[in-house]
Amino acid sequence: MASAEEASKRTHVEKKKKVSERYWQGSGEENKDEHRSGADVLGDQQPQQGSQTKHQISSSTKKKKRKPEGSHGMKAVTRVDPFPGSAPVPEEKRLKFRRKMKIDQLPHHLTKIRRVVASSQAASEITENESARYDQLLLLEDAGYLEGDEDEDTCTISQEDIADAVDITAGAKYFNLNLSQFGPYRLDYSKTGRQLLLGGKRGHVACLDWQTKQLMCEINVMETVNDVKWLHSEAMYAVAQKKWLYIYDSSGIELHCIRKFNDVLRMQFLPYHFLLATASATGFLQYLDVSVGKEVAAVGTKAGRLDVMCQNPQNAVIHLGHSNGTVTLWSPNQKEALVKMLCHQGGVRSLAVDKTGTYMVTSGMDKKLKVFDIRTFKPFQSYFLPAGASSLALSHRGLLSAATGDIVQVYRDVWNTPVKKPYMAHKVHGAVWGLHFCPFEDVLGVGHGDGFTSMLVPGAGEPNFDGLDSNPYRSAKQRQEWEVKALLEKIQPELITLDPGKLGQVDYATFEQRHQDKVKALGYDPLAKDKFKPRLRKKGRSSTGGVERRKNQVAHEDQREVIMATLKEKAETEKEREQKKNNNKETAAVKRSALDRFKKRNAQ
Amino acid sequence: MKVKMLSRNPDDYVRETKYDIQRVPRNYDPTLNPFEVPREYTRALNATKLERVLAKPFLASLDGHRDAVNCMAKHSTSLSTLLSGACDGEVKVWNLTKHDCVRTIQAHEGFVRGMVVRFCGTSFFSIGDDKTIKQWSMEAPGYGVEEEPINTILGKTVFTGLDHHQKDGTFATCGQYVDIWDEQRSTPIRSFSWGVESFSSVRFNPVETELLASCASDRSIVLYDMRESTPLKKVIMTMRSNTLSWNPMEAFYFTCANEDYNLYTYDMRYLEKPVTVHMDHVSAVLDVDYAPTGREFVSASFDKSIRIFPKETRHSREVYHTKRMQHVVCVKWSADNKYVMSGSDEMNIRLWKANAAQKLGVLSHREKLAANYNQKLKEKFQHHPKVKRIARHRHLPKHIYTEAKEHTVMREARRRKERNVRKHSKPGAVPMLSEREKHVVAVVK
Repeated sequence: MASAEEASKRTHVEKKKKVSERYWQGSGEENKDEHRSGADVLGDQQPQQGSQTKHQISSSTKKKKRKPEGSHGMKAVTRVDPFPGSAPVPEEKRLKFRRKMKIDQLPHHLTKIRRVVASSQAASEITENESARYDQLLLLEDAGYLEGDEDEDTCTISQEDIADAVDITAGAKYFNLNLSQFGPYRLDYSKTGRQLLLGGKRGHVACLDWQTKQLMCEINVMETVNDVKWLHSEAMYAVAQKKWLYIYDSSGIELHCIRKFNDVLRMQFLPYHFLLATASATGFLQYLDVSVGKEVAAVGTKAGRLDVMCQNPQNAVIHLGHSNGTVTLWSPNQKEALVKMLCHQGGVRSLAVDKTGTYMVTSGMDKKLKVFDIRTFKPFQSYFLPAGASSLALSHRGLLSAATGDIVQVYRDVWNTPVKKPYMAHKVHGAVWGLHFCPFEDVLGVGHGDGFTSMLVPGAGEPNFDGLDSNPYRSAKQRQEWEVKALLEKIQPELITLDPGKLGQVDYATFEQRHQDKVKALGYDPLAKDKFKPRLRKKGRSSTGGVERRKNQVAHEDQREVIMATLKEKAETEKEREQKKNNNKETAAVKRSALDRFKKRNAQ
Repeated sequence: MKVKMLSRNPDDYVRETKYDIQRVPRNYDPTLNPFEVPREYTRALNATKLERVLAKPFLASLDGHRDAVNCMAKHSTSLSTLLSGACDGEVKVWNLTKHDCVRTIQAHEGFVRGMVVRFCGTSFFSIGDDKTIKQWSMEAPGYGVEEEPINTILGKTVFTGLDHHQKDGTFATCGQYVDIWDEQRSTPIRSFSWGVESFSSVRFNPVETELLASCASDRSIVLYDMRESTPLKKVIMTMRSNTLSWNPMEAFYFTCANEDYNLYTYDMRYLEKPVTVHMDHVSAVLDVDYAPTGREFVSASFDKSIRIFPKETRHSREVYHTKRMQHVVCVKWSADNKYVMSGSDEMNIRLWKANAAQKLGVLSHREKLAANYNQKLKEKFQHHPKVKRIARHRHLPKHIYTEAKEHTVMREARRRKERNVRKHSKPGAVPMLSEREKHVVAVVK
């Protein structure tokens, strides 16, 4: 019997085709082609069935002992879901949506807080998963790209070629406006990317719906125009003119002349704060709240003429570049700069900060282009551009455009790997005066001496916009709705800090202070640990020796904490002392000169 | 050359006809939605402000009594019915939806001391200063027929409190003794006393239905088991408790309203110290009633206000008062957890919302979502000083405001004195007593 069974088993094993391993059965290479496994299920079943029926015929006597897995005929088949649970989401997708709020190891006695934290973490995990899944499956558009043939540089491909190669609507986005009379031009795209605002140096201001090429208004302010900027919606824009700051509406009617803001050179609009930040020739950085029309703050930077400016879109901090090579970071709440960085030898010519608020790109008179990490304020890359870049712009997807004279170059991925060649290049007529990537479009607007050029840069724009934030296709009604909502959740200027997430974190410092005050008021520490009192055990189990032993156990634990703390403290002081010693030695060794002997000892 | 440019088809982003709703494509990328926390904070701040703006808790005043309202009873099966008894012996039955009195009975001579609706909702009991217990039918008699009680029991002494068993035909009264009555008999089936002259209130436990608790005039709270002949145990406090109420969900907790301006929540199994001391009233607390969810309770006080406390917090989350409301004698939380009823000395019964800013009536789906979202935001940012300040602010009548201030001064002085005493005595000689430990004198079993 046993031998027969063994034999049959052997034949069975030999005949049976091994079912290919599925990704849910554990790790393996199968994970890679998981989309194929669905098709495999159907394909595999047939041969397996065949082999098993054959086996049944050959060993019909042992039918009863067989397990039901092979019997397909009469008995009901227990079907296992080949894709149990929800579809897996790749980790890197989830990482994109992760909030850095992991709190691990709360003390055990804080039961209630632990429960709250646990539930909120579970909830945030669910959102993270859902958002990642949405991101993976439901986004409509893919980003653009441009790839050359073999040994063809993408930077040699001309705009005309690209415009010819792509579809008509996309090709129509490449156009030139010949405005040689009032140039050079500065420009600004509205937040949704539908409207374009042009400001000629000699007073020509025009705004147009650039996709339909519909002119909304065109005026000449008969004065020098230093900068133009859309305000929160396409209904209003600000123009920095020779003397004062003016606000016009989209039909060109002057709404306000703000005399408090004089000699403005550059402007930035902070859309979530409704603040218009202006940098003036007199060295003042001023903030205008456009929702109430009040000046929020005026900061004297004491750094001379301010004509290099950009904002960090993640924390609304204003970056200013100065002629001595420093870049300073400003918030309206502080009279001093938040940060001063020395970036260049020679003046800073242009600045740009990327959408994630991680990288800052600067170009200087020293003809260098540098990339900084502005979370740690450390330099990443440094490039040498023979002509130097006069203006910089960063797109949503991280393409950098740099204008050197009358050539616009676009670089890809400047922060991670040292870039050798530009991604694209284009020559315009006249020196470039303004550069701006159009949000949510593969378009770079270039304002120059001879007018305006709309350049095609495949892969520049974020393909999927968020309809509740800025929707290029919104109707008038939707815009009104959005405007009300946006005004309701206008962030107060006091909340502009380097880390905007700070508001959601635990404020330990204030707690400490309040706790100290409380201790002072009460005369004792209400949170202090009580001294361990051993529980009285009955029936003679609480002998004096036993009590002492229990006390000692705990005392030992208490002591351990104290000892650890003191040891740590000691080690730190020791380290500090050593460092000081070393420093002293170094300074003594390096800087000691022959004339030092005449110095007074106290003066050191 | 391979090239692809972004080229969106507007049909994917614009609605087809004007009868459709607008399309809103989303992208949850955090970099496209910056300032997450500050924006949420602003929303939370707005929500908190709106809540305060919309906080209009007072709904209606039911007038009709010709003397102070002394007791109230919820109907056990009908949400819209409320019974109230006045100091002139009059009992009124109210329809809350119509804000209307539907029936008036001259039930007793002197005060109506207590009322309770039988668990089936077909009849109710009332007790009065005339030493009688009367059972009334819930149905009004026909036109021209005189109001007659179904049953009248003449007791030996004055009754002060009354409660009915949850399932059986037994009820309990208190006065000089705590008596357990069978509905069919005219003498009590059991009588408890523990060396006390009088009791002010008695309440059955809603879950362990044979248990009951009473407040006695010797500052104690006594627990009984109906099946035993002697009381279980009692806790003696520094001041007398007026009434108590069991938590309907965690029925081992009960809260008592004390004369020393505080309320105490006790764990029945562990009476050595209260679980929580609720302090905010500035005068004696006269009545307390739990919400049916067991998470909050409402208290009525002699200081002309009612307060709502979450069960585990020390301070109230809400205070209701009006210019005309005098000493509030009785208070009830409605069985649908939405309303609070208070009866006061100036002959009125007032109907309040349990949640002051809640919108009444049917909510649309979006309204519900918005309300839930705002609620969550308020919770999330409740500890931020600006939010907290707005959420906590309540306008108080002048007498309450000044008295509360006075009490803080007094408390501070007492604390200072204690601290000084401790400083000048042997270490450990003056023990550090927490607020919870201060008010319990003894537990007797």
